[in-house]
Amino acid sequence: MVERLQASWKLLVVLVPYIWLLIFFLAPFFMVLKISLAELRIASPPFTPMFGTDEAGATIIRLLFDNFRYLWEDSLYLNTYLNSLKISTSSTILCLLIGYPIAYAIVRSTPTVRNILLLLIILPFWTSFLLRVYAWMGLLADQGTINDLLIWLGIVDSPVRMLYTEFAVYVGIVYTYLPFMILPLYANMEKLDISLLEAASDLGARPVTTFLTVVLPLTVPGIVAGSLLVFIPATGEYVIPDLLGGGNVLMIGRVLYNEFNANTDWPVASAVAIVLLLLLVLPMMLYQHFQSKAAG
Amino acid sequence: MTTESHHTLSHQPWLDPEEKPFIRIQGVTKQFGAFVAVDSVDLDIYKGELFALLGGSGCGKTTLLRMIAGFESPTSGRIVIDGEDMQDVPPYERPVNMMFQSYALFPHMTVEQNVAYGLKRDGVAREEIRTRVDAMLEMVELAAFRKRKPHQLSGGQKQRVALARSLVKNPKVLLLDEPLGALDKRLREQTQYELMNIQDQLGVTFIVVTHDQEEAMTLSTRIAVMDHGWFQQIGTPTEIYEFPESRFVADFIGSANMFEGRVAGHDGDVASIDVEGLPEPLKAEHTASLREGMQVWLAVRPEKMRIATEPFDDSSLNSIRGSVEDIGYYGDSSTYRIRVNPGMRLEITHPNLRRPRDGRHVADWDETVYIGWVPEAGVVLTR
Ligand SMILES: Nc1ncnc2c1ncn2[C@@H]1O[C@H](COP(=O)(O)OP(=O)(O)OP(=O)(O)O)[C@@H](O)[C@H]1O
Ligand SMILES: [Mg+2]
Repeated sequence: MVERLQASWKLLVVLVPYIWLLIFFLAPFFMVLKISLAELRIASPPFTPMFGTDEAGATIIRLLFDNFRYLWEDSLYLNTYLNSLKISTSSTILCLLIGYPIAYAIVRSTPTVRNILLLLIILPFWTSFLLRVYAWMGLLADQGTINDLLIWLGIVDSPVRMLYTEFAVYVGIVYTYLPFMILPLYANMEKLDISLLEAASDLGARPVTTFLTVVLPLTVPGIVAGSLLVFIPATGEYVIPDLLGGGNVLMIGRVLYNEFNANTDWPVASAVAIVLLLLLVLPMMLYQHFQSKAAG
Repeated sequence: MTTESHHTLSHQPWLDPEEKPFIRIQGVTKQFGAFVAVDSVDLDIYKGELFALLGGSGCGKTTLLRMIAGFESPTSGRIVIDGEDMQDVPPYERPVNMMFQSYALFPHMTVEQNVAYGLKRDGVAREEIRTRVDAMLEMVELAAFRKRKPHQLSGGQKQRVALARSLVKNPKVLLLDEPLGALDKRLREQTQYELMNIQDQLGVTFIVVTHDQEEAMTLSTRIAVMDHGWFQQIGTPTEIYEFPESRFVADFIGSANMFEGRVAGHDGDVASIDVEGLPEPLKAEHTASLREGMQVWLAVRPEKMRIATEPFDDSSLNSIRGSVEDIGYYGDSSTYRIRVNPGMRLEITHPNLRRPRDGRHVADWDETVYIGWVPEAGVVLTR
């Protein structure tokens, strides 16, 4: 009896994460998928139901792929997807180039300094994300702090246009997501055994060679984790391109927002979301596949 | 101490004033904060030596090797290898390879790639890398494991990969930090033999850290006994074992019965030493300058003592009466623990010259026995 109870408890514990995923991830996903296969109509909710009855009274299921075809045919969407991917890929690479040396420096510093540096990396999270983006607007604006400084220093005569350009979007994304790159890299590098670097050096490897043949291969898991943590949210980013890019930088997050709110075209918006999801999930699944193949 | 010492060097370069040392360690100190790990050490090592570093845990052996390899810079003093001051030479430019105590194998590379790593850095041709790696893996009996990653190996196998990786480059100096600790007896002896072969054929200079005294005795040309960051004694295995200069060395290498006493008198180079609790003074040959009344220690190795159930006739022997407290049987020999008085116990090793009669070799438990040794058997120590 007791054993039985224990067994069902165990089962429950195992099931909890699956139930959680079902309620908060799979169910919404299928709802969005359902809407993406519907048609716009002026009603509440603003889309046609999936199940209906025909004149004869038989149940019919209506699956419309028109929304997806529409996304493909209107070059606006394709361009926006490509632009989003371009910006998120470049930002990820920038975050990696900046974050890698920082993470390495943190790992190599003394424990006291290390804790202070880690605190500094996490510190921005104490302030609201939105506030920090507004702060960047103040910094980058034509009459903003940076331009004032440049003019005061005599480097430029008239303000450099930074706000509402792609540059501002890059600054915002790299700034916001850098900690997400540094922290997994730090966690990975902390496990790196220093004696491996010594062994490489002992066997005749110069520092650059040691880095390329030992450090880099052993930090691939950290690089992948950090890159995914930057790339995925950056691709769907809405606030940063909206506030720092203005109308000039097309990113899919803004298009999605517009379809939902301005156009109230829920089906198209849902289709946009589904395609975005596929764009993000497919590369991850491919990576996983090759990972397990390499390990096996 | 079953095998004979293999001194592959035909002469003893450290005795030759003309000979130039290959590695000179001069007044080297290493401090970690206030802690002194290596304390102004001086050491000359000659080309082709197999030099053993012996000492308790934490006495600074690894730290000394790390300074020679270049991972740690001395707080003061200098290290010269082959006439070149190593002060500003980075590890990758030193003619030195080290086998790490923790092995430090590259986890993302196969056994083969680990061993080839150093050769690749030197730009050795592909074909040559193959043959040299093959030969090395053959030697450490890992040819069948060449495609494995380190995490798929046992402790002893990892150790052999680490050894192969440091040997394959044929450096001028090889630093081995406990190279054979995890190997079984057969493999250990075989690898010892290979090490001596390499030393012989290639003239590589070895510095080997070991905890195994027998290994140090059979393998090395000279031994340094280290304690708390400095050398208690440096000498050939025979010197270290037969002529220890301090109680520490006498105790650390092999075992010794230690008598604490005061010098009572001289007769030529035989001193008599008063020991508390013994009826008669002990006679010991010595070379140290001793004053009467000076505190000294007499160290006598267990195998240099005799044991008998009757008193000895020979009056030149030191003789002590006691009773057998314990007997350890090792097949070829037995070790007797003799209780002389409540504060004194002696250990005697006696070869089992014949098969036991009535279940006993020489003496039985609780039997009264006589222990004897010649004055030349013991060493008089002043520190
Ligand atoms: N980086 C370091 N910082 C502080 N103390 C250290 C450091 N490295 C070594 N020590 C200390 O220096 C002393 C000597 O260490 P070392 O590793 O040389 O000992 P060892 O003789 O090799 O010992 P073992 O036989 O256990 O390997 C030890 O007391 C150790 O705690
Ligand atoms: Mg050590």
